[in-house]
Amino acid sequence: MNVLEFSLVLCAGSMIAGFLGALTGLGGGVVLVPMLTLLLGVDIRYAIGASLVSVIATSSGAAAAYVREGISNIRIGMFLEVATTIGALVGATLATHVSGAAIAVVFGVVLIVSAFLSRKPRSQAERESPPDALATRLRLNGSFPENGGTREYNVQHVPVGWGLMFVAGGLSGLLGIGSGAMKVLAMDRAMKIPFKVSTTTSNFMIGVTAAASAGIYFARGYIDPGLSMPVMLGVLAGSLLGSRVLVKAETKWLRLVFSVVIAALGIEMLYKGLAGKL
Amino acid sequence: MGVKAGWDDHKMEAFIGNLLRGGVILAATTVLAGAILYLARHGHERISYAAYRGEPLEYKTVAGVLRNVAALRGRGIIQLGLLILIATPVARVLFSIFGFVRERDRLYAVVASIVLVILLYSLIFS
Repeated sequence: MNVLEFSLVLCAGSMIAGFLGALTGLGGGVVLVPMLTLLLGVDIRYAIGASLVSVIATSSGAAAAYVREGISNIRIGMFLEVATTIGALVGATLATHVSGAAIAVVFGVVLIVSAFLSRKPRSQAERESPPDALATRLRLNGSFPENGGTREYNVQHVPVGWGLMFVAGGLSGLLGIGSGAMKVLAMDRAMKIPFKVSTTTSNFMIGVTAAASAGIYFARGYIDPGLSMPVMLGVLAGSLLGSRVLVKAETKWLRLVFSVVIAALGIEMLYKGLAGKL
Repeated sequence: MGVKAGWDDHKMEAFIGNLLRGGVILAATTVLAGAILYLARHGHERISYAAYRGEPLEYKTVAGVLRNVAALRGRGIIQLGLLILIATPVARVLFSIFGFVRERDRLYAVVASIVLVILLYSLIFS
């Protein structure tokens, strides 16, 4: 393939990655890394560099829409970013001391189990849970537009959610990718935040986590302009499309797409861990 | 809350949303300009990313990138656009601090400052 053909193919593939990334709050890495390494034969280091670029592009591109629509919760995002950024620092420090392969296997199993759990919609009782004292003090409770009206929600189990976010940050420091999945699960499952708010707030947060490590990868020379250019432009176009779809989509479809994508991510992680490709 | 001339959560959301959109548009335009130059000059060359060589110094330091932008090299301009993209979330955290201060939300001004400090620490010390 020459440069032009390669760029066009990659740009088209990246659009799909950006579309799914914006819909699920996971960023584009889930689709992009296997596509680059397995289909296009790109070295893993260039693939990780391009994947980081894709996460920042998805996050900023879609978040611009989600924040303006009032779906992402800025306070929840900011408060939990403290946990993810500290976690990422700890994870990066630990990376040289622990087995990445073993963690990838555990994470893979967690994701596959979560793929089944996250299909289940929340019960009416859970939706109407009373305000939690800590969440109220931290002003985390909010509202978002749904079906033409506004739906209020009360955030639950703040310490557990914060702890899981710390783990999510640690995983991204250790494994490079996959932190979006833990973020959505922590908000949706533990903190009982409505699914759309969870995915869009995760989407809002992942750009910061990725930017923190992008500096290192840039300085190491993992970010190649020829490779990142079609990725960035494609992902951006896909994420803008994805953000338009999400605003109108029904939660049950979003849950379905999310569970399929994290099941795929889980299998990817298991494969990497077991085949020692980390 | 919202004591100062109607600066409230909605204003804050619009402000952050516009900031992110502006950063993304600027980054995408820059990358696109670089892409046109790069593809016009090198579009028919063969490439392979199978072997990792690591970027040359001119594409992995800010000074090197800026020199290539000045020389109107396509790849230098793309790299500048990518740097703008990386800077966008950092700018979002920085400007949220100002937003929360204007909203007189001291707690979240502190929270955003902590995030900024950790972020800058990991950008600089790693």
